[in-house]
Amino acid sequence: MSVSLNGVGLTHANGQVALSEIDLQVKIGERVAIIGPSGAGKTSLLRLLASNLQPSSGQIHLLGQQPWRLGARQRQQLRARIGLIHQAPPLPPRQRVVTAVLAGKLGQWSLGKSLLNLLHPLDIPGAQAALARLDLADKLFERCDQLSGGQLQRVGIARVLYQAPELILADEPVSAMDPVLAGHTLSVLNEEVSRRGMTLLASLHAVELALAHFPRIIGVREGRIVFDLPPAAIGANALDALYANEQLPAVPASAAPAPVSVQIPRC
Amino acid sequence: MLNPLPRDPAALPRLALTLLAVLLLWPGLVLSELNLALLFDEQNAANMGRFLADFWPLAQDREFLRLLGRATLETLAIATAGMTLALLIAIPGALLASRALSLSALYRGGRPAWWAQALRWPVRGLLIVLRSVPEIVWALLFVRAVGLGPTAGVLAIAITYSGMLGKVYAEIFESVDPRPSRALLIAGSPRLAAFAYGILPNAGAEMLSYTVYRWECAIRASVVMGFVGAGGLGQQIDLSMRMFAGGEVASMLLTFLLLVLLADQLSRLLRARLL
Amino acid sequence: MKTSEERPCADKRPGNYALLLALLVTVVASFAFLGIDLGALVGGDSLSQMGRYAGNFFNPDFSAPHLLAIGQGALETLAMSAIGTLLAALLGLLLALPAAGRFGWLALSGSRLLLNALRAIPELVWAALVVLAAGLGPNAGTLALALHTTGVLGRLFAEALENTPSEPAEAIRLSGGGHVAAFCYGTLPAVWPQLIAYSLYRWENNIRMASVLGFVGAGGLGQMLYVSLSLFQQAQAATVILAMLILVLGVDAFSGWVRQRWVSA
Repeated sequence: MSVSLNGVGLTHANGQVALSEIDLQVKIGERVAIIGPSGAGKTSLLRLLASNLQPSSGQIHLLGQQPWRLGARQRQQLRARIGLIHQAPPLPPRQRVVTAVLAGKLGQWSLGKSLLNLLHPLDIPGAQAALARLDLADKLFERCDQLSGGQLQRVGIARVLYQAPELILADEPVSAMDPVLAGHTLSVLNEEVSRRGMTLLASLHAVELALAHFPRIIGVREGRIVFDLPPAAIGANALDALYANEQLPAVPASAAPAPVSVQIPRC
Repeated sequence: MLNPLPRDPAALPRLALTLLAVLLLWPGLVLSELNLALLFDEQNAANMGRFLADFWPLAQDREFLRLLGRATLETLAIATAGMTLALLIAIPGALLASRALSLSALYRGGRPAWWAQALRWPVRGLLIVLRSVPEIVWALLFVRAVGLGPTAGVLAIAITYSGMLGKVYAEIFESVDPRPSRALLIAGSPRLAAFAYGILPNAGAEMLSYTVYRWECAIRASVVMGFVGAGGLGQQIDLSMRMFAGGEVASMLLTFLLLVLLADQLSRLLRARLL
Repeated sequence: MKTSEERPCADKRPGNYALLLALLVTVVASFAFLGIDLGALVGGDSLSQMGRYAGNFFNPDFSAPHLLAIGQGALETLAMSAIGTLLAALLGLLLALPAAGRFGWLALSGSRLLLNALRAIPELVWAALVVLAAGLGPNAGTLALALHTTGVLGRLFAEALENTPSEPAEAIRLSGGGHVAAFCYGTLPAVWPQLIAYSLYRWENNIRMASVLGFVGAGGLGQMLYVSLSLFQQAQAATVILAMLILVLGVDAFSGWVRQRWVSA
């Protein structure tokens, strides 16, 4: 069993209930799409699975281990086996793409190797191979701030592919790409995952993409799992019910990096 | 893919930069004679330990406190008197150096004639020299010229800060709206009147604010200058250090910190009030 | 300032006049307290005496051995400032991490207190203290610069760290990376330009300071000036002052050029 949640609930610090009574089992090698309206709890669910958030109730097993029963060190070792693809990949603007991709393996490298890699990339072929799968091999030595949003998302995917984890969690991995590219990228991701026998859980805003690429679909609404079906079994009624009265929340603007300014009066 | 193993284009520049850094750093380390072990050398450490142990209790006998109070007042007075003299030099200097009151610029779209610029250069050069020699060098020179004591400190602050104030004032004059003063000049009013009615009302607040800030700096500077014998708190700290009187040094350092804190607050208050 | 405009001017005026009067009284009191007799300073014998003393400076010593010694002193000054700033940047970064609140509030307040204390004491006072502890010479000057600059840079670095987005580092932590790796890969790329800019700015300042630290025996050009003035060698002293002036102006011009070329572009 790759992922197993039993009666998991999550309440944010401000008292808002994000998830309640989640039961979910995902076998090794399964590929699952999570759909649902904005604010349904998709991101919270993925953050829970990435051991970023600690559940307020219930039991969570990741790759056969309970992350919150482990010591900090073992939890980091477990995290190295889980890859999270962020919707807006948090890559430092000045970092080069090659470094950003190689950073995927930091959980597996020794400190010395990590620091050396910062001065000179140690595994250029590896980074290139990961990027080549996403048609970005020519961007290897560019800086992250020279890429578009869609390209950055693909760099984020390449980083996780390079990390080669056992479980990949993807939070809206193709939201900034045009439909054709999004479909292509998703099929590449799915191919890689199947070929290497990884497990994939991806939240998607575009229902058609989810139905087209994933053999198992989970609908989430108001912090609960509404359905858990193969795509063929999902009717229009189920989708209508899932997305009824969707409210569009304000998109949080990502903070632009502060410009360098040196204004210190001299005494 | 033609080239399956691309080389990192940044590798060579990085290597060169590293080599350059090492090449520059090595003589730097030799020249600066950096030797941290010296601090922990047995005898030095023992000496220093004794000196630092003396820091507590603070010296607080009546005689010393009277001396401390006098030195503190002297520091404040040096800063204030120095600033006053600096203003006397800075304001005429700024008026001469600034383009804002140029008559020849009136008919040339704000650019003075070449000879007018050339006449301003000596004044600017003088201001540059005045402020570029550090105040403590001036203090040292004046200590040799007029003897130990606060007079040297006052003169040093007056000279250095007149250079700084003069430059900043001139920049402020040039940055305010030039139209009022130009209108006055074209109407035939004398330059000083054009300055007083056309520029000063707009520039006054900024000038005052900068002056108060400089006064705060002058207090710090006057303490430091005491170390070469220019009076005030610094001179007393230097004397006590030479006598290894830890308690006195600690008391005076504490007073200095309080003074700086107080000056900071006062300067903030004054600037808020005047602006 | 909106509030002052809304209020009529009249109710602020008496206060301002009182303030100006107080300033005037302070100035007069200062001169009276110091007992500076400006008249005696410019009048009579003393002005011509000062003139003679100053006249000695207009005959600088440009002999080769002296120039060589000055070159050595200038290099020493540069080295002191560079090594001192480098040490301070490393120490400052080390102290900025707790001061940015990464190791809890106890470490935060402790490191802030330390940084403030280091910063509050001027370089020259540090130099006098270090000369007592480690003897005369450029070593003392380097350490003194490093101590004061650590306080300045540590505070600036802590602010820079606080303003850096934390998501990249958190992402590294989530993929199993250690704290150090997360800092180097997630935080440093975003802040290092700022750290370098602050350090360079401070270095510029420290070159100025390094040239005068010698007055308390901490090496460099300052020590040369102090010695020659003590020996009444005004000609030699004039050359040293000229060298200081060139050093300061050169650094100013260079940093101005660098700023225009790289920072504002």
